[in-house]
Amino acid sequence: MTKTIIECNDVNFRYEHSTVLENISLDVKEGEFWALIGPNGSGKSTLINIILGLLKADQGTVKLFGQDVDSFKQRERIGYVSQKSNSFNSGFPATVVEVVKSGLTRKVGLFKSFSKHDEQKALDALRIVKMEDFASKNIGELSGGQQQRVFIARALVGEPELLIMDEPTVGIDQKNVASFYSMLNELNGEHGIAILLVTHEIDLVTELATHVACLNRSIHFHGMQSEYKKMNDTDISLWYGHPVRRVHQEQKGI
Amino acid sequence: MISALFTYEFLQNAFLSGLIIGVIAPLLGLFIVVRRLALIADALSHVALAGIAGSLFLSQSVLMFSALNPVYLGMASAVGGSLLIERLRGAYKHFEELAIPIILSTGIGFGAIFISLAKGFSSDLVGYLFGSVSAVSRQDLWVVVIIAVVVVAFIRFFYKEMFALSFDKEYAKVSGINGKFIQIIFMIIVALVIGASMRIVGILLVSSLMTIPVAAAIQLAKSFKGALIYSIVIGELSVIIGLIAAFHLDIAPGGTIVITSIIILLLVLGWTKMKGKQPSKKAKEEFA
Repeated sequence: MTKTIIECNDVNFRYEHSTVLENISLDVKEGEFWALIGPNGSGKSTLINIILGLLKADQGTVKLFGQDVDSFKQRERIGYVSQKSNSFNSGFPATVVEVVKSGLTRKVGLFKSFSKHDEQKALDALRIVKMEDFASKNIGELSGGQQQRVFIARALVGEPELLIMDEPTVGIDQKNVASFYSMLNELNGEHGIAILLVTHEIDLVTELATHVACLNRSIHFHGMQSEYKKMNDTDISLWYGHPVRRVHQEQKGI
Repeated sequence: MISALFTYEFLQNAFLSGLIIGVIAPLLGLFIVVRRLALIADALSHVALAGIAGSLFLSQSVLMFSALNPVYLGMASAVGGSLLIERLRGAYKHFEELAIPIILSTGIGFGAIFISLAKGFSSDLVGYLFGSVSAVSRQDLWVVVIIAVVVVAFIRFFYKEMFALSFDKEYAKVSGINGKFIQIIFMIIVALVIGASMRIVGILLVSSLMTIPVAAAIQLAKSFKGALIYSIVIGELSVIIGLIAAFHLDIAPGGTIVITSIIILLLVLGWTKMKGKQPSKKAKEEFA
């Protein structure tokens, strides 16, 4: 039986006087690739922060791997890439491999140092994202797209079962976005990692994701990608709050 | 100078303490600088000043304090200041940096009151402000040794957690690293190192030994480990050259140590400029 990795049940959240999330229920099962889409300010990042345990829901429950998020300790089972990774201090004196190894901190455990084996794991993770040649470079010397690949390698190095990404393509050139998403597709298809991806790239990502959730304060649609594709643009525009026209990949020539 | 080192105990104390502080101050300083908390060392040293001035004042009027080494009250107040900074950072979540000037002003305020009550500066107090070669006792040296052991053990055991927290605090939190606990221990240790360093470098200059060698090191290093090694080497060079100059010129070592580190920083900046090295320069190539 397929295990449920994320279970959100009737989640509600308010920031002072405004309701941000209303009755959100969403399940992500192992091996699934979910695209969470919605307009700016729709509550996507808030939902991710609640799932990660960075914010606490006012009502409802969130479970990770069957455990309540507050008591969930096996954090190494989750890899996380935030949109903020693009705005880190580029003058930080660290090599790419040092940054990737830091993804093993929790797994290695307190009072222990990284071993040669951990170094090898970091290089293997860099190989997956095709960045092994940059291992000894300073992280600040890389382009935005290369840095984001390094942060994905940091998320992957602990061999997570779930990868959560909050708009990871912010700051990446358009020409590299397609190659970035095809790498995610590979991670999901070949490595079997479940993915929950928050994105604005509704055309490209909904072609790659197995499931789509449309959020604007509440969930307006969630289900298989094939069902999402059957929806017409007028319905999507209605809950998006402005006109939306999806462009299919064959139209784009990708 | 070498023969004097073998003859006089106070010189041995000063040099050994200096050599140890030359390692531990930049070692912690690197973590302070990369977390953009460079002013914390300044704030804590001013709180230490309040403790020292308080101890010197009390030693005039309370018998018990006349036998107490003022360094201990200086250290205790710096530790108290470090905990208060953490509390204030929590209270001003959106203006965390406010905690530093608040604590710094509190330290200067109390320092000024105690100095006035003690009827002005004594030669002792001047020694604490700018450092002194002759003031380091064997007891002070032992305190420095104990604190150095604590610092090295902390960095040895929490290096990877400290790196993760310094590089990306949010990611560290999501990974389940207990940032709050490690931060409090770190702040206490910074306060202890400031307390231990003030005999040699002086209260007003101790923060420079934590930040200037690091400022030079991050110009040279590509990796975090490299930055750590460069910081220590530059810290040691500054202490050795500064102490020798202070001994021969008979002036306060705090000044000579800090000016030496500034000269090294300027040389490094000149060298990197000549090499055309831009540390934050982005590579133009994109992945294919």
